[in-house]
Amino acid sequence: MTLTQFLVIGAALFALGVYGLLVRRNLVLILLSVELMLAAVNINLVAFEAFLVTTQAIGQVFAIFVITVAAAEVGIGLAIVLMIFRNRRSANVDDLSLMRW
Amino acid sequence: MTLGDWISQPVNWVFSALGLAVVFSGFRVVTAKNVVHAALYLVGALAGTAGLFLLLSAEFVAWSLVLVYIGAVVVLFLFGIMITRAPTGLDPALDTNRKLVPGVLAAAVFALMTWAAFDAFGVEQITSAGVATDNALLGESLLGRFVIPFEVVSFVLLGALIGGITIARRDLTPVEEEERAAV
Repeated sequence: MTLTQFLVIGAALFALGVYGLLVRRNLVLILLSVELMLAAVNINLVAFEAFLVTTQAIGQVFAIFVITVAAAEVGIGLAIVLMIFRNRRSANVDDLSLMRW
Repeated sequence: MTLGDWISQPVNWVFSALGLAVVFSGFRVVTAKNVVHAALYLVGALAGTAGLFLLLSAEFVAWSLVLVYIGAVVVLFLFGIMITRAPTGLDPALDTNRKLVPGVLAAAVFALMTWAAFDAFGVEQITSAGVATDNALLGESLLGRFVIPFEVVSFVLLGALIGGITIARRDLTPVEEEERAAV
């Protein structure tokens, strides 16, 4: 196994996340794309940890931090989506043009 | 190392299968026309990612990914979809029509990162594979050198919990408050 093959998978997942973030109109689906990008970051962290083998498993520790923060992000994000949906009867970003002149 | 050497290692067959599953599921997450399918394909992408972590001998991270993501986050997403899109059938207006620029941008991001990875690391081998990371080491690291970030992250989770409840809670309208006061 080479390090590069894991980095390429991470890059592919990140690029797919970028594409989904820009193309999707539904807020929940945009959050799904963000999750893909965070998974790509985790792959990179764990791959570099396996490559460098730090004495304190730093890469894996930070992957755990990323997982935790991502869980918090989803909780808050979905609460905001819920609030927007309740107020505006829609979860499409196109309909949220209130602050655009 | 040539391509033939790479293919001759059985671990790379496992990697190829997992990598294809991850990329295909990720592709379906961003292209599926049904919202529920998109969320369920995320399960496939994350399960494949957990498999890659097992290949990299990171057992603890792999299983916490399965527990936290597939067990909790995807269920949250399904709740969010059920609440905000009651009829969950096919929806042709799920994507914007302007897909060219995002596609080119994503391809450029992928090409740049792939080129950078090959340029920096080439075919350098991961030699530690097969030796499981000691969970005791991970625990000592989390509660030793990284104890302050660990505590900060726990406060982030607490803040997210309180914030989620506060944001999603429906406030009573003035009329409802009067009715409640009258009772």
